Amino acid sequence: MRNLKTFIEDFGWPRIIIFLFLILLFIMAPFVRVRLDASISDVLNRFGQNAIMVLAMVPMIQSGCGLNFGLALGIVAGLLGATLSLQLQLHGILGFLGAIALASPFSLVFGWFYAKLLNKVKGEEMTIAMYVGFSFIMFMCIMWLILPYNNPTMVWGYAGKGLRTTITVEGYWLKILNNFLAIKIGQFFVFPTGLLLFVGLFAFLMWLFLRSKTGTAMTAVGSNPDFARASGVNVDKMRTISIIMSTFLGAVGIIVYEQSFGFIQLYTAPSPMVFPAVAAILIGGASINKASMVNVLVGTILFQGLLTMTPSVINSLLQTDMSEVIRIIVSNGMILYALTRKIKVSK
Amino acid sequence: MSAQKKFVKFFSQYAVVIIFVVITVAAIPPSGLSVKYILQEIITRLGRNSFLVLALLLPIYAGMGLNFGMTLGAMAGQIGLIFAVNFGISNWHGLLFALLVGLPISVFLGWICGLVMNRAKGREMVTGYILAFFINGIYQFFVMYMLGSVIPMGNRAIVLSRGYGIRNTLNLESVRQSLDNILVLHVLGFTVPVVTFIIIALLCIFIVWFKKTKLGQDMRAVGQDMVVAEAAGIPVEKTRIVAIIISTVLACAGQIIFLQNMGNLATYNAHDQTGFFAVAAILVGGASVTHASIANVFIGVMLLHSMFVVSPLAGQKLFGSAMIGEYFRQFIGYGVIALSLVLYAWRTRKAAADARLSLRGGANGSTKVRAVKNGANGAPGNGGQA
Repeated sequence: MRNLKTFIEDFGWPRIIIFLFLILLFIMAPFVRVRLDASISDVLNRFGQNAIMVLAMVPMIQSGCGLNFGLALGIVAGLLGATLSLQLQLHGILGFLGAIALASPFSLVFGWFYAKLLNKVKGEEMTIAMYVGFSFIMFMCIMWLILPYNNPTMVWGYAGKGLRTTITVEGYWLKILNNFLAIKIGQFFVFPTGLLLFVGLFAFLMWLFLRSKTGTAMTAVGSNPDFARASGVNVDKMRTISIIMSTFLGAVGIIVYEQSFGFIQLYTAPSPMVFPAVAAILIGGASINKASMVNVLVGTILFQGLLTMTPSVINSLLQTDMSEVIRIIVSNGMILYALTRKIKVSK
Repeated sequence: MSAQKKFVKFFSQYAVVIIFVVITVAAIPPSGLSVKYILQEIITRLGRNSFLVLALLLPIYAGMGLNFGMTLGAMAGQIGLIFAVNFGISNWHGLLFALLVGLPISVFLGWICGLVMNRAKGREMVTGYILAFFINGIYQFFVMYMLGSVIPMGNRAIVLSRGYGIRNTLNLESVRQSLDNILVLHVLGFTVPVVTFIIIALLCIFIVWFKKTKLGQDMRAVGQDMVVAEAAGIPVEKTRIVAIIISTVLACAGQIIFLQNMGNLATYNAHDQTGFFAVAAILVGGASVTHASIANVFIGVMLLHSMFVVSPLAGQKLFGSAMIGEYFRQFIGYGVIALSLVLYAWRTRKAAADARLSLRGGANGSTKVRAVKNGANGAPGNGGQA
């Protein structure tokens, strides 16, 4: 009994409620004529789409920089990589890997400057990161208009310049990961093997990294910076590494998202991508100073499951679309819960 | 303190204002707007926005930073206006009615906001920001699903055709500029909404008076140091809650003033940018996270909005695209907030380093400071260069 109680306290009521709610949605689905196999396929697909962006939260949480509200910098780096890969007419797997390769230098540079900044404002990272992210998105909006891209599928038809708000990747690298070794069962169920393998690979690498010498030092910085410094760890360097990693993962994350979603979304599109990633890892059980691979896995499945199931099930049930409202309340409620929780000393 | 250091200190204090003045003045000639037009716009926008920005002052005094949770008050004001339009109460009576409806809601929301922020001391700003999003979800739920179904709406014209929920845009024709038009003065060809300005002036007097009361003094003590204030017998948590409640109520009234001037209400997103514009304005006016004055509010509103007036046209002329000007002004708005927060955080750390330096007795201690300083890594201006 006591075990159950401490388990609930550790896991937190909001997560348990969300978990039970999701189970309930799955149970109700067949009764309102929502196909279970199609739903599960959707959840898996969306899990793969979003998991790497959620994974991007881990290094910064571990190194004590808090929730990365400035993930938009990484996303923009990814967008630059993706648009450049289209501009260079790279197709297929070459195009996808090319996009990541082209995004890498941007993510390194952005991440490095971002780290420089955050190292000067320790303790205020989250609010500042948020506004740095916003203003950078706005700056890039201007850039998307004036950068000299000229691939006709990407620029506005009538003006011949300025990138479109959404660019299709069809014919380039649409669903390149999703279709790799995909297993199709019946008419509605597709298991996106390649996508999940790719996500698994990154999660495994992160898991390995956190157990390496650098990873351990990084965690030490997050748990107790004074102690870490006393044992000879360079605090700023560790934070810089974590921020660059997070930015890079944001870039890879958005490219993976695009190949599955089918479109590159530019201009103000990156800003609404950040909060769901933050909410997902918190739903998975992370706090603002501790996160693990399990948190990423559980959180992304729960959050994306909720986003997939609420529109279909609730809509059929009530004949109205409440999914948007539920999404706003759940994701922000979760972040709020994490921010107001008394930080316990890690066990 | 050397001259160079003084300059750096001065610049870091007023950097935001200086940068802003330079950009705005530079953008006026290419925009092609007459000075008279810009001045009239500034007068209008002062009446429209000042009240909202003034709502930010008390939480800053209480050491709670920039109150991004003011959006809660704005939502309460909007609910008040929806009901005023529903009951067809026109003219300034409608505004008064909206305020009466919004008042209890904003007190309640402010109380919640205060409780939440007390649980997140040191992270008030980001918490307030997220709280505003969270309450926005509940607001959407209330306005989109509850109004017209659970709570009957007499005026079918404002209800969506499906039978419940409020339309996306609400025409405030019945109360439009009813406060501004009670008494309009034409001075030197400028139109001045006198009553609106009188109300703003009264609020300023209230704030000046409030700072001198016992509660106001307590608030400043709490803002200085919570531990010391607690030891001195000031109920810290309660004082902080009161500061947020007053701010939320003022934001509610401010949003009503803002919307009566605009003349229509985007039901589901009119409040989205309220906190952003207000915070950007006060920071542009030279305020910081811990220090703000009434002067900052008015300077800020004038500067921010003169740039908002000129930038789309300047963008059109300079780059051949109005969108560039539009993005540019948002970039500057967000950038200003980011820059002020960075400068503030940087100054706080530097002040701590300077304090340590003086304790250690100047040059001799400098090497020690460098060693103690958290991975100083040659960050510009860090202690130890005296």
